Amino acid sequence: MKVNLMNLTKKFGPVTAVERINLDIKDGEFVAFLGPSGCGKTTTLLMVAGIYKPSEGDIFFDGQQVNNFPPKDRDIGMVFQSYALYPHMSVFQNLSYPLLLKKRPKDEMKIEAQRIADMMGIGGLLKRKPGQLSGGQQQRVALGRALIKKPKLLLFDEPLSNLDARLRISMRGEIKKLQKDLGITSIYVTHDQIEALTMADRIAVIKDGILQAYTDPENLHDRPNTLFIAEFIGNPPMNLFDVEIQSEGGKLFANPGDGLKLAIPDSRKPKKTVKGRVRMGIRPQNIHIDSKEGFDTRVFLVEPMGRDDLIVCKVGNTDVHFLVDPIMRLKMEDSIKLKFDMEKSQFFDTETELSLLWG
Amino acid sequence: MNEDNISIYQEEKEGLDPIKRIRFRVQGKIDWFWFLLPAIVLIVAFFFLPIIITFFISGTNMSTATGFQNWKWIGVKSYQRIAAHPDTLKHLWLTIKYVAFTLVFFNLGMSLVIALLTTHIPRRAGFLFRALWLLPRITPVVIYVMMWRFIAADAPYGILNQILIKPLGLQTQNWLPAAPFLFIVLVNGFIGASFGMILFASAIESIPKDLMMASLVDGSSYWQRVRYVIIPHLRWPLLFVTTYQTLSLMTSFEQILVLTDGAYNTEVWALWAYQKAFSTYSGNLQWGFGTALAAILVLIGIILAVVYMRYFKFEELVQEPKIETL
Repeated sequence: MKVNLMNLTKKFGPVTAVERINLDIKDGEFVAFLGPSGCGKTTTLLMVAGIYKPSEGDIFFDGQQVNNFPPKDRDIGMVFQSYALYPHMSVFQNLSYPLLLKKRPKDEMKIEAQRIADMMGIGGLLKRKPGQLSGGQQQRVALGRALIKKPKLLLFDEPLSNLDARLRISMRGEIKKLQKDLGITSIYVTHDQIEALTMADRIAVIKDGILQAYTDPENLHDRPNTLFIAEFIGNPPMNLFDVEIQSEGGKLFANPGDGLKLAIPDSRKPKKTVKGRVRMGIRPQNIHIDSKEGFDTRVFLVEPMGRDDLIVCKVGNTDVHFLVDPIMRLKMEDSIKLKFDMEKSQFFDTETELSLLWG
Repeated sequence: MNEDNISIYQEEKEGLDPIKRIRFRVQGKIDWFWFLLPAIVLIVAFFFLPIIITFFISGTNMSTATGFQNWKWIGVKSYQRIAAHPDTLKHLWLTIKYVAFTLVFFNLGMSLVIALLTTHIPRRAGFLFRALWLLPRITPVVIYVMMWRFIAADAPYGILNQILIKPLGLQTQNWLPAAPFLFIVLVNGFIGASFGMILFASAIESIPKDLMMASLVDGSSYWQRVRYVIIPHLRWPLLFVTTYQTLSLMTSFEQILVLTDGAYNTEVWALWAYQKAFSTYSGNLQWGFGTALAAILVLIGIILAVVYMRYFKFEELVQEPKIETL
């Protein structure tokens, strides 16, 4: 099912939770709504679900306006962060509840519940109550309940946030596989960028109720169109500097401080001619130790992260984070030479916070 | 707990010194006792003693005629008199009808409807409505019942006659004698419903929001959600209100006293007991006989309470205290 949101707005009294969101979701697409808590992503999801009525704007399912459809007429399944299983019902009753509401025959309910339970790997737990299940099992019941009526649209509201880290990773893969196998259009709300980047076909980044970007994960990571996205996406976060751009002999240079002059390659020349200061961003993985071409600095802090060591240095007044192989055994106060891979640098307007490269 | 106890407690936990462990246990019990003592005193003084005194007086012929000095021990004679009394069955049947109707239609039915309605409209409006519905409960009974008498009063007076019956061109009536049972149920029900309303509404509001949303997304209508999700969550308050209100309706008589004083066949058992003991025409207040009537109510109440407790499996419904599991 295709989903279109047009100028979707939700106001709670004087507060605007969601402001004029425009979004197209293709049939079978997996879209993540990503943003910090309180940004309006869940509100948007609940409008799609039919729990909230939009204050303004429209929601279309396959071209049909569904603004005033109650949830039961929208053909959707939803998975909640709290699982929202009915505590007084057994797993079987939870799974077959959507069929019960559709007044399907008992036999069909039994067969379908068993089929879904087997698919979710909880076939042996049908008689248990939710209170007797682990978090992961409860999550599977919730997912099964959302799937049993074969909805045309699946909604996920931070479904993995209550699981422990390891389970989260395996469920991540399972949900993605299931979604691809069944081909159900899905919207997945999360504040966890890793979840969004790993699972979604496209990511809608929302901040303060406003859609910041709507693109695929790679674009979002490599070509952020606002400063917010550059800071928000990527782990560890992007390093940002206040730099002055200078022109010398037809070439552009950026000076992040300490008298450094970094040549800006042609591919990263700011589109607009900028005078004065801009924000330069460079990701930790694009900073390397280079004993020939690098500039001198000292290790300020070492944070071992297992696979990598996160090193903090100072350039001017700015902390610079980057990753090195732990085998180098860098220690605090070690002298090192750093090189920025300027082919991967980003530039943003200080005032508008918009990218000077893309957008 | 003082410092001494804490150190003992720690040792007890680590399984050291068995003598200290015993000391801790005994001391723990004594602490318990002192903490419970005020409550025990209150319960004994205001719950158990009155019942004992009631049964005691019911075995005497104490009345205004005998005074407090000259009464005699008459054993179960009062109970025999009740058994043989021509009005006994009539009062008993009326009481059962009165309790059942008020309980089912108002204390449970209407309060549930109000709770459901006021939790499905905007929060503030719901809150305001419930607050208004509480007014009869905080109004002095006499004033509240007098208002009902104004409503039911005979033509040319009476709100009912003036506002509803006359404009519609129907036959005016003196409503109290015309429908006395209806009015004693209404008068009690409108107050009684607010009790369940508060409990049900707060129980409904404490159902997790996600659960309420999940039900709608799963495809339920609002009515189906009430049936499959909300009502099952109200099991405990429903049973509690049933039990509590049965007992309190059985012993309530003050509204009826002010409304009809037992006229037009509205003399429920508790009112009968009150009138025999404290308000007879002859002026001879039969304390012994009245308390025997009251004692029967107490007995029925205890039996019903035990039946309810057993039948509804209250222990299973009481949630494990969260603090224990910390």
